[in-house]
Amino acid sequence: MEEIKATAENMLEVGQLSVHFGATRVLTELSFRVQKGKAVAVIGPNGAGKTVLLKTLIGSLPFRGSVRWASGVRIGYVPQKLDLERDIPITGIDFLTARAAVAHQSARELSSVLALVGISMEVAQRSIGALSGGQFQRLLIAFALIADPNVLLLDEPTAGVDEPGQEQLNELVRRLQKSENLTVLFISHELSVVYQYADNVLCLGRERAWFGPPRTVLTPELLRQIYGAEVSYHVHEH
Amino acid sequence: MSIETLLLSIAMALAAGLVGSFAVMRRISLAADPLSHVALPGIGIALALHIHPVFGAVAMLVFGALLVWAVEERGGATTESVIGVVFSAALAIGSITTTGEDLIEALFGGAGALSWSEKIFGVCIATAIVIFILVFRNNLIIMMVSPDIARTAGINVRRFDLLYLESFALTIALGLRYLGVLLMGALIIIPAAAAKRLAHDLKSMLWISVVLSVAATTLGSLIAAKLHREAGPIIVLVATGLFLASLLPLRTWKHE
Repeated sequence: MEEIKATAENMLEVGQLSVHFGATRVLTELSFRVQKGKAVAVIGPNGAGKTVLLKTLIGSLPFRGSVRWASGVRIGYVPQKLDLERDIPITGIDFLTARAAVAHQSARELSSVLALVGISMEVAQRSIGALSGGQFQRLLIAFALIADPNVLLLDEPTAGVDEPGQEQLNELVRRLQKSENLTVLFISHELSVVYQYADNVLCLGRERAWFGPPRTVLTPELLRQIYGAEVSYHVHEH
Repeated sequence: MSIETLLLSIAMALAAGLVGSFAVMRRISLAADPLSHVALPGIGIALALHIHPVFGAVAMLVFGALLVWAVEERGGATTESVIGVVFSAALAIGSITTTGEDLIEALFGGAGALSWSEKIFGVCIATAIVIFILVFRNNLIIMMVSPDIARTAGINVRRFDLLYLESFALTIALGLRYLGVLLMGALIIIPAAAAKRLAHDLKSMLWISVVLSVAATTLGSLIAAKLHREAGPIIVLVATGLFLASLLPLRTWKHE
């Protein structure tokens, strides 16, 4: 197998990555590279292994092949959905304070991070189990941002968020990516968002994967092939 | 009741209140209860080998926590069944190897006066557990919300899982001679369960749990001394009373 070294311009290099759950193969010999400061969208039908890929990249799942992060990587991870009890006595403030305390590097001001993601102090003082889907999603993004990451891994960050909120969060991630030179990997089902925000797209099909700029990878033929149906999308006009 | 026994019971209650808070929030209280049963075969083996039963119980509890941890790695629905089977078997083996009176003492406590070595050992273990939970409460909270997120925050999730389970096992060991394994499980869970109903954030959760646990232990011990009864069952009854009180009207102001 080819020995891959994370080069200066790459934040992430994935080589021949395979993940199996028992006899079920989820990812097979996947290889791609992500340059520093770029945004990569991960798309594909349900069950293609998008979430599994992100979990593998953060070291939560066993795999074969190689996953190389550049040295000094600090990952902020926003998972898809968490199962919390409604009355868990942990507030948003508790949760963010815990992250700041655990962070070895200096943490940002709580209030500025909350303002950044659009959560009021009053909402942050509620139990994290009592927040709406969208509020909790924003809290998770605040959590990811508080320790000053240079990589963001987002698993459908706008799922459960209302339409204006989605726009806002997408713009927030875009703005942070530019201003702080963040490398972003995000899972999305919205092809219009992928076109708008991604420098490259990793398209996971059931048999193989495609990687490249959206306009070259996302041909109507390919979309029909992997989703098995006609997929329409519209680009938001601004 | 002597001063040092009182101090030991307070130290034990502090550890139980803190460990219990996380057991209740992590929803492992049901899986953790069978763990206490593993102390019994330890006592039986220790008695057969003519060593102090407490050491046999501690050794088996530490081993039992390690077992739960190892099984947890495999994940899935099998974890709970394995825990249920293994520790019920432990209870069966324990009741065969331990004779009648020893068995009752191990289950419900009340085995005469504590030796100095037991008291010092108890206070040291309780202090270590209290320090562990307070220092690493932030790691435990993040792990509780999501182990995946915890990993990206640089937390060694597996290591802290093991340390937490061992803290739980050792807290049971602390109460072994005083309350017995069955009732110690109750002292860990009940004050924390009441605190969870009343608390609105982490700080109040830990404080309420600890205060209720210490209150139940001291109050229960005092009442037991007055009535010339074993302390264990009275302590658990006081804790249960406090829990029932927590169900009453306070529930409404929590969400204001």
